[in-house]
Amino acid sequence: MKGITGLLTGLLFGAGLALSGMTDTSKVVGFLDIFGAWDPDLMWVMGGALGVTLLGTPLVLSRAKPVLAASFSLPLSIAVDRRLILGGALFGVGWGLWGYCPGPAVAALAYGELSTVIFLGAMIGGMWLAGRLGLTVSHLKN
Amino acid sequence: MSIPVTPLAGGLLIGISSLLLLLTLGRIAGISGIVWGALSDPDRSWRWQFISGLVAGAFAIHALTGRPIPSPSDAPLFMAVIAGILVGIGTRVGSGCTSGHGVCGIGRRSVRSIVATCTFMATGVVTVALLRAGGLIS
Repeated sequence: MKGITGLLTGLLFGAGLALSGMTDTSKVVGFLDIFGAWDPDLMWVMGGALGVTLLGTPLVLSRAKPVLAASFSLPLSIAVDRRLILGGALFGVGWGLWGYCPGPAVAALAYGELSTVIFLGAMIGGMWLAGRLGLTVSHLKN
Repeated sequence: MSIPVTPLAGGLLIGISSLLLLLTLGRIAGISGIVWGALSDPDRSWRWQFISGLVAGAFAIHALTGRPIPSPSDAPLFMAVIAGILVGIGTRVGSGCTSGHGVCGIGRRSVRSIVATCTFMATGVVTVALLRAGGLIS
């Protein structure tokens, strides 16, 4: 079972993204366009997903360990630092410019659009660049 | 106000997937981290499976339900490059994206994730407002 858990959870996640409208760039830009022609539908995506994780996560984490792994792999960092804010801010600008965050961009490979491949190539390039620039470890003063 | 069914159903599926990944493999369903880990971390099998599942799951929804495939963005391609680079840098510097911070992180009541989510929502909204002010979207 452990062998295909990644695939099964990915299938559910990808189905959710396509069903929700998150893989439609115009829908996402419309959701962010709160001072223009605001389309609030995608609030319900966040609402539905958070409803499940807010209720379920404490139950899952009350276990000593996951079902198929030796331990939970959770982020260690708890500091709200400049890196977090800077990174979140840059990500939001990119999200608003094109309408894709990483999950929907990957799922949208199913649509066979060249622009999606270009977006993902640039995204991976940006991830690599962030490491090269030393921005991914706590080099910034808080 | 009527509840839009497919966004809510899609959101529930996303939440259930995230919870199952945490319950089974003990992993956070943060897609930016999964993509980068698939390319850089030795433990890549489950990550490539998840990525394959994302594509296959999206494909299956349209194939099985007849839901129309979204029209591609009509913005110029160089915008995809700029946006992609910003998303890539931002998600690594900020340690996550909409899924890792917005769904999983807030779900486990992480203050960092709440702050990150408010930040990227705010700059996303400002970016779209500026695009609109500049006449780049109508």
